Amino acid sequence: MSDPITVSLFHRMNFRDEENLLDRTVQGVISTPMDRPEGPLKVSGTATYADEDHPPGTVYGWLVRATITKGWVVGLNSRALRRMPGVLAVIRDERMIRNPAQGGDAKSPYQGPAEVFYKGQPIALVVAETFEQARDAATAAQAEYLDRSHKAVIVPAEAEYETPRGEQSSQGDLDRAMQEAAFSVDVEYTTPSMSHASMEPHAAVAWWQDGRLTVRGSYQMLNTNAQELADALGVSPKKVRILSQYVGGGFGSKLGISHEAVGAAIAAQKLGRPVAVALHRRQVFETTHRRSESRQRVRLACDAEGRMTAVGHEVWVSNLPGESFSEPVTQSTPFTWAGENRLIGHHIGRLNLNGAGSMRAPGEAIGVPVTEAAMDELAEAAGIDPVEFRLRNIPEVDPSSGKPFSNNRLAECIRRGAEKFGWADRPKQPGSRREGEWLIGMGMSAIIRVNMMGPSTARVTLNPDGTALVETDMTDIGTGSYSILTQIAAEMLGLPPEKVTTMLGDSDLPPSIGSGGSRGAASSGTSVMLAAKALRKKIAERMDCDPDDLTLKDGTAIAGNRQRSLSDLLAGDTLEGTGTIKPGLAEMHHRQASWGAEFCEVAVSSVTGEVHVRRLSGVFAAGRILNAKTARSQCLGGMIFGIGQALHEKVETDARDGNFVNRDLAEYHVPANLDVPHIDIELLMDDRDAYANPMRAKGIGELATCGTAAAIVSAIANATGHRFRHFPVTLDKVLEKLG
Amino acid sequence: MDVTLTVNGAQHDLRLDDPRVSLLDALRQHLDLNGTKKGCDHGQCGACTVIVNGRRINSCLSLAVMHDGDEITTIEGIGTPDDLAPMQRAFIRHDGFQCGYCTPGQIVSATAMLEELRQGWPSQLSDDLKNPELTDEEIRERMSGNICRCSCYPNIVDAIRETAEGAA
Amino acid sequence: MRPFDYTRAHAPADAVGAEARIIAGGTNLLDLMKLQVETPDRLIDINHVGLDRVERDGDGLRIGALVRNSDLAADPAVREGWPLLSKAILAGASAQIRNRATTGGNLMQRTRCYYFYDIDAPCNKREPGSGCGAIGGNNRQHAILGASDHCIATYPGDMAVAMSALDAVIEVEGPAGKREIRAADFHRLPGDTPQRDNELQSGEMILSVRLPAPLGGRQIYRKVRDRRSYAFALVSVAAVVVMEAGRMATARLAFGGVAHKPWRVPAAESLLTGQPPSPELFDRAADAVLAGARGQGHNDFKIPLLRRTLGAVLAEATQESK
Repeated sequence: MSDPITVSLFHRMNFRDEENLLDRTVQGVISTPMDRPEGPLKVSGTATYADEDHPPGTVYGWLVRATITKGWVVGLNSRALRRMPGVLAVIRDERMIRNPAQGGDAKSPYQGPAEVFYKGQPIALVVAETFEQARDAATAAQAEYLDRSHKAVIVPAEAEYETPRGEQSSQGDLDRAMQEAAFSVDVEYTTPSMSHASMEPHAAVAWWQDGRLTVRGSYQMLNTNAQELADALGVSPKKVRILSQYVGGGFGSKLGISHEAVGAAIAAQKLGRPVAVALHRRQVFETTHRRSESRQRVRLACDAEGRMTAVGHEVWVSNLPGESFSEPVTQSTPFTWAGENRLIGHHIGRLNLNGAGSMRAPGEAIGVPVTEAAMDELAEAAGIDPVEFRLRNIPEVDPSSGKPFSNNRLAECIRRGAEKFGWADRPKQPGSRREGEWLIGMGMSAIIRVNMMGPSTARVTLNPDGTALVETDMTDIGTGSYSILTQIAAEMLGLPPEKVTTMLGDSDLPPSIGSGGSRGAASSGTSVMLAAKALRKKIAERMDCDPDDLTLKDGTAIAGNRQRSLSDLLAGDTLEGTGTIKPGLAEMHHRQASWGAEFCEVAVSSVTGEVHVRRLSGVFAAGRILNAKTARSQCLGGMIFGIGQALHEKVETDARDGNFVNRDLAEYHVPANLDVPHIDIELLMDDRDAYANPMRAKGIGELATCGTAAAIVSAIANATGHRFRHFPVTLDKVLEKLG
Repeated sequence: MDVTLTVNGAQHDLRLDDPRVSLLDALRQHLDLNGTKKGCDHGQCGACTVIVNGRRINSCLSLAVMHDGDEITTIEGIGTPDDLAPMQRAFIRHDGFQCGYCTPGQIVSATAMLEELRQGWPSQLSDDLKNPELTDEEIRERMSGNICRCSCYPNIVDAIRETAEGAA
Repeated sequence: MRPFDYTRAHAPADAVGAEARIIAGGTNLLDLMKLQVETPDRLIDINHVGLDRVERDGDGLRIGALVRNSDLAADPAVREGWPLLSKAILAGASAQIRNRATTGGNLMQRTRCYYFYDIDAPCNKREPGSGCGAIGGNNRQHAILGASDHCIATYPGDMAVAMSALDAVIEVEGPAGKREIRAADFHRLPGDTPQRDNELQSGEMILSVRLPAPLGGRQIYRKVRDRRSYAFALVSVAAVVVMEAGRMATARLAFGGVAHKPWRVPAAESLLTGQPPSPELFDRAADAVLAGARGQGHNDFKIPLLRRTLGAVLAEATQESK
């Protein structure tokens, strides 16, 4: 076979897209609710996840937990452990890490297992011939400590807070605006530490061959993950390959490499054998990142007509000492609602708890529910319907920066959502509707998530037989990457999707931004689009036409009245296109966000305080929808995340020693099937954002969760007449108010 | 320790050196049947659901040695990529999964659940404990032992209802 | 999980008196063994000893110790005559667990206390003398009744709460022979020996549970918890009320999630018996149930929650017609 003919296309997103190519292609695959191409593998249990398909001779590692909260490990009963059946190694290596890498770090997290910063921190790895032996031996580990737990800071109220200068902002005079306003609210909300709780526990299987490490793990951002792991191990990134073809959920918890990857790699190196380290569910909870708890003060004010004059949002979050990540709670506050007097405050405290990191929609996921719940309070204070109140306060331009919006469909989402939900039927008087013992209420929230993009490269190969291969190190963590990348290539090349194969999840493939921050689809999708566009140019050359005059459909190239099959046109050649997208000025001069509105009906037991979500619906605008089915599923998932956030989920920390006491799925309550009603979702299929990227698509994976909890707590307020400002709203809190 | 398991109709004679091996780990590590997933290893998520002698159970909360002579159906026995069962096809059509990790457990569980319902087993929602019907609420309750963090629950319910109606 | 010897029993006699931990469904024991909360040297598997039938016993029923929770809940005779038992079982765990868990094993279920489950935390139940982590710690799920300075754990199950209300009797056999224990007396209060959950003596094994003749009336099991399914009770109320001529001829109550055992208060039942229903009377019954109740901080809400839930359950149970 001859070498492929290569072509590449690079695009920096400096200006608005003028071409709108995906509205001019004719294959008709893009945006359709196509079934996931990997579906047959997933439903039959044949998709391979991290801790599977072990190489021959694989042995098992189990991490040892610190039983103090702060201090140093000065000894371990390693000799006794080594004498236990099957034990091959007890590893305490300076390269082991304290906490997982943050998304995009591209370098090792803090290293050294000797210093303990939180209870449960991994301090050693025990490796044995079998899983059962490793688990037993690791449980028998006994460390000697220089115990400084009494100096640990566990409770946010006792933390010292830093106030990073770059994260504060102010305009106008908030205090004065609050004093002079016709109506105002000055409220404090809290949100607890939460856990991602992806169904697949973090796991890594590591083996070295000819000086090169391969890790099959469960990670979201392979390009930077390989760099993180290489940096931790002290080897060149070229010596590390990470495979994550299927990732059993991430939600941000697998953005960076974690203890299991470093531990497995070191052990495999020392033993010369493949080593599998899968975190036990309790270890997932206590050693991987949490979402930071937050305290949020919100000040909002409006005039007598309900026009907002002030927006203040100050937040206090936490992380381990030295960690740069700080939950960007106020991220969408500067631009969502009008008001000339504004203040943003951000404070980060240092706690001896497991590290805080990104969890589905870091920032807005906990910021929007609070500001939106406060909006509901202000609307009530002003005596204006919450829908109407919001419609009066959507700004023309970003009120903080004066930048125009790339587009803003918020009003339409709110109007459409209100109509579909039957908002007009909302009880006007809180606490006025009752069915037996159940109090019924309705609430709503605006939904906002900033839109982002990251550098991404993909390769699309057009084979002589007219089939295509898409390759990038992008991951599919359930988001639908396999689906949309297949659809984009099929649409651009005029192929039925079954003629396109998409290969993902291998760090040896062209680097993408990975899955995180709702950037994946827009970024990697655009790289695939550009690669295919490069191929279109080559095909146009062979058709002897201008690329603008080329039509590709069902494997046939058409120009004017001429048409030829692609395989004919290729004449045995292989065409290989590479596309690269990088963010540019477009995101600097236009405010970009995805938009939505959600509506909720709850029933609250006047006997027990139990809250049931009876109806939930949402309308969303996120630019071009690439796959109507997977996009809808992302919204479902986000909204149900919001149910958990509003009603169930909380990391219970023992205030005495920082122990994460409910570190299992029996006691950390994520929603179960019965907690979730029918959910109605509408996507604005006509939405396009020309400033986002050439596909005119925006992020949708995190959008839907950014406000759900506000719709729910506002519905609870409507049902009961009481405000609940401390998440989650468990029945004990409701009971206290019911009287 | 010799253990004979009949898995998806095929007899496997296992020599287990260690009685601590769970049924789940026997399937995954000793028989290379990785379709059955380990989500929590403590009966708190349902990802490891298999059917043993006609009943769905959590394979993580059972020792392999306790199942000598038992008949076990795993997801691999429900249908293969080339020959999917109606429930599997319905899960694809309704997007009853995202990451796919809880999915084998959901499908095995749903398959057994419909049989339980056919036999008239009540649930906590069946007020009179008699003649339970296949309402969405009944499906939700009966599937609540299978946690899905991607939260495809409404799609899962749709897939199961459609499969049940198709089979009726 | 520590290594252990495994043997399979073929008849109850193989297990009675054996110096081994009995494993049946294993849904709780293996859970705890994986965390080394339980570390038996020997396991004896009783899944093949029979005892897996629900049989008529005069007007009552005899339930074998190995009858699975699912089978018991779906048993036509139980559904007809003792619906409280079906409802309580169905309110617990998940279908998968109920398919495996057994009648005897469910009675032996251990507490869900966070500190009991954590071998690095103090727990007098797991390691006598080590202290109680829950007192002064995270105790939202813990006992408000019958707790001691040594332990504030709760019995977490549902089935036994119904059995207690139904006056079930547990038949056990040990080296010294067979004996019977009232379900209401089977579980203990922690006192200064919280390591002992129940009255079963070393070497004894549960053979069966006997239910006396059906009570009829309204039978309600209401379980209040943090999510609608697949969660343990914060408070549960089991009630059987037989109405005659506008008065409560029979009233049986038992409570779960509030004590180290299913909580039954004969004084509260006597208060109700023979009386016409009224909210005031229900409140007095709640006073009787809650006599001596004490919160630990995070679980203080269980006191009003029990009162309110009891009131609602009794109101429903005494409604003239539905």
